[in-house]
Amino acid sequence: MNFRIVFSNSGKNNGDSVEDELEMATVRHRPEALELLEAQSKFTKKELQILYRGFKNECPSGVVNEETFKEIYSQFFPQGDSTTYAHFLFNAFDTDHNGAVSFEDFIKGLSILLRGTVQEKLNWAFNLYDINKDGYITKEEMLDIMKAIYDMMGKCTYPVLKEDAPRQHVETFFQKMDKNKDGVVTIDEFIESCQKDENIMRSMQLFENVI
Amino acid sequence: MAAGLATWLPFARAAAVGWLPLAQQPLPPAPGVKTSRGDEVLVVNVSGRRFETWKNTLDRYPDTLLGSSEKEFFYDADSGEYFFDRDPDMFRHVLNFYRTGRLHCPRQECIQAFDEELAFYGLVPELVGDCCLEEYRDRKKENAERLAEDEEAEQAGDGPALPAGSSLRQRLWRAFENPHTSTAALVFYYVTGFFIAVSVIANVVETIPCRGAARRSSREQPCGERFPQAFFCMDTACVLIFTGEYLLRLFAAPSRCRFLRSVMSLIDVVAILPYYIGLLVPKNDDVSGAFVTLRVFRVFRIFKFSRHSQGLRILGYTLKSCASELGFLLFSLTMAIIIFATVMFYAEKGTNKTNFTSIPAAFWYTIVTMTTLGYGDMVPSTIAGKIFGSICSLSGVLVIALPVPVIVSNFSRIYHQNQRADKRRAQQKVRLARIRLAKSGTTNAFLQYKQNGGLEDSSSGEEQALCVRTRSAFEQQHHHLLHCLEKTTCHEFTDELTFSQALGAVSPGGRTSRSTSVSSQPMGHGSLLSSCCPRRAKRRAIRLANSAASVSRGSMQELDMLAGLRRSPAPQSRSSLNAKPHDSLDLNCDSRDFVAAIISIPTPPANTPDESQPSSPGGGSRAGSTLRNSSLGTPCLFPETVKISSL
Repeated sequence: MNFRIVFSNSGKNNGDSVEDELEMATVRHRPEALELLEAQSKFTKKELQILYRGFKNECPSGVVNEETFKEIYSQFFPQGDSTTYAHFLFNAFDTDHNGAVSFEDFIKGLSILLRGTVQEKLNWAFNLYDINKDGYITKEEMLDIMKAIYDMMGKCTYPVLKEDAPRQHVETFFQKMDKNKDGVVTIDEFIESCQKDENIMRSMQLFENVI
Repeated sequence: MAAGLATWLPFARAAAVGWLPLAQQPLPPAPGVKTSRGDEVLVVNVSGRRFETWKNTLDRYPDTLLGSSEKEFFYDADSGEYFFDRDPDMFRHVLNFYRTGRLHCPRQECIQAFDEELAFYGLVPELVGDCCLEEYRDRKKENAERLAEDEEAEQAGDGPALPAGSSLRQRLWRAFENPHTSTAALVFYYVTGFFIAVSVIANVVETIPCRGAARRSSREQPCGERFPQAFFCMDTACVLIFTGEYLLRLFAAPSRCRFLRSVMSLIDVVAILPYYIGLLVPKNDDVSGAFVTLRVFRVFRIFKFSRHSQGLRILGYTLKSCASELGFLLFSLTMAIIIFATVMFYAEKGTNKTNFTSIPAAFWYTIVTMTTLGYGDMVPSTIAGKIFGSICSLSGVLVIALPVPVIVSNFSRIYHQNQRADKRRAQQKVRLARIRLAKSGTTNAFLQYKQNGGLEDSSSGEEQALCVRTRSAFEQQHHHLLHCLEKTTCHEFTDELTFSQALGAVSPGGRTSRSTSVSSQPMGHGSLLSSCCPRRAKRRAIRLANSAASVSRGSMQELDMLAGLRRSPAPQSRSSLNAKPHDSLDLNCDSRDFVAAIISIPTPPANTPDESQPSSPGGGSRAGSTLRNSSLGTPCLFPETVKISSL
């Protein structure tokens, strides 16, 4: 990943805020070469081309920051409030945690989600749920995620959304996933439990024809 | 739907993988749409216009899109060209940059659009050549100012945008800043305005000499001394109001330090302080002299009107923004005054009984002459004095006339900006309304689609096509996404009406439910099975009921009419839904109050395994009597229609 600051004022570094702003505004991110991306991901050249064209059209600077990310995602769920879930998603996509999702991050994520093995997908999902990335999903983390998902439904749902619906959902989840009942779900427990659930396994193939 | 959204749709759908482990129901299958994403690439064309250039030309600037390997993403192998879906007119300028090394700014194009093109092709705005740089900067600054104004106006002044849970402080502050938000605020605004006016008028009237009814004293007294109590009472009342207002503002201000330092608060303080000082100061003569001068500050109350008048604020802002020009004016005037005063003094020095006693005394003459006032209290008598006096008055006109147009143009610019801001605020409201409409359009499209029972799997394609209007590929996938979310959370999207009805029905309907559970068994078919969430009646089930089929194809009015029909048997049906659900399948979805009433139709089920429960993943109990779930909700008329038809 190369960040090129095309017009850099770093020569006269007098701490002037105007110049800092200038530098920030002129960051242009260019992705790796097409062949490299093709090798790294499971997409074909054509697919990468299509993806990149769309991406570049939307974000000429080459990166998506969290605000834009939230805006985009909220357009898909007009009824609810998807900002929290978009925030978690952003953290899951932004693997190097630099506050911006570049095209490589994007492709990496999509490659796993659309073309990865079941193991990889479950890994990704686990990573999404594990907010602080410590390798364990606690009930609080799961509750946050669950609330974020329920927020996306919005107010007008049928049946009427109860206050503790997310919590109950979390309880179910933990009952199913937490094998040794220690209050946290580890990656192995997660993968194991998911592999046992036929529904989940079947729906893993759901999104493969997206591109 | 925005073109941009289509780009992000694959991402949004991919992100739905995150819901998969959480879904308690199996998710619906994806629509089998083969997305053909505009693979047909025109060549080297920028939207159809072919540009040809040497590769070396482009390689001159490797930091840009065209000069680096990034353009390979836009390469189309079939036609052997690069295709960009951008504005060809703008591209001309971009390409000329590569050719000549100078980036020119098109005069007739919008500066924002130009900026976007630059951003896309990886060119920095600083590359704009010297010939066009001035204009580019000016136009950008104008744009930026306008946008900043927009934002400010948005933040400052939207009435309906206050969050529901705001505290008293926030509401108070908003009422102060924008009196049109509520009636109380408006009343307060006018009351304070009235008291400011009263106070100023009292100050003025106080000094008018009024003659007493009985002409006892020959000396005329000012009214203030004739009626001291009346004026004192009025003053007290005004000061009390102002103090109260100031304290309230202080309480409500979101940032007290900033408020204390602001100009308006200083004016407030200066307006009310003399009164309190006057109260504290004892009434002896030597101090009262100073006290009298303090009363001068009472006139500052008139500045409080600037909160009420926007024009005053604009004037103040203009003066502030013209500070440099005003400073220059002052400086040049001072220079001229000193020069001319000195000259006049020495010119008139010879004559006796002259007014020009010293240079500072001559300052007065110079000022009066330069501003063309000419009081006539000091006139030169020598010839030299008269000559220099006339030069002085001529040059005064010039010196003053120079900076004034700058100030005037500043004022006019700001004034027009304000007017534009008002217009734009009105436009903004329309725009927001349109956005809201678009959003609700999306939701309504989905709800409508659900109503038409369209959420079938694609295997029942032909029947589906009969009754569901064709959707674009994008819409299909978007609806599938929303459907997945519904399944994950075990709740469904509804519209406002149904939601409020459901809200209303929860309380009364719920309690009467349990008793009538048995009677609610619909049609006596099959066993009562509860499933996770109330599901929609399946398309096929409805197809059997002809009336229902016609309903689904029917217009919204028909639906409404049927909804009306539904309302009468509503209590009964709701109680049926509230029938005691749970058997061995203990489900975690929120189905306590609304449990599906099962209507069984003796037809083979659709492939979607909707009866399955999360714990037993055998796709749907395919017992002889197929169980279908119907639900109240947006498609709430279906249970009724099915019942009607079965009757």
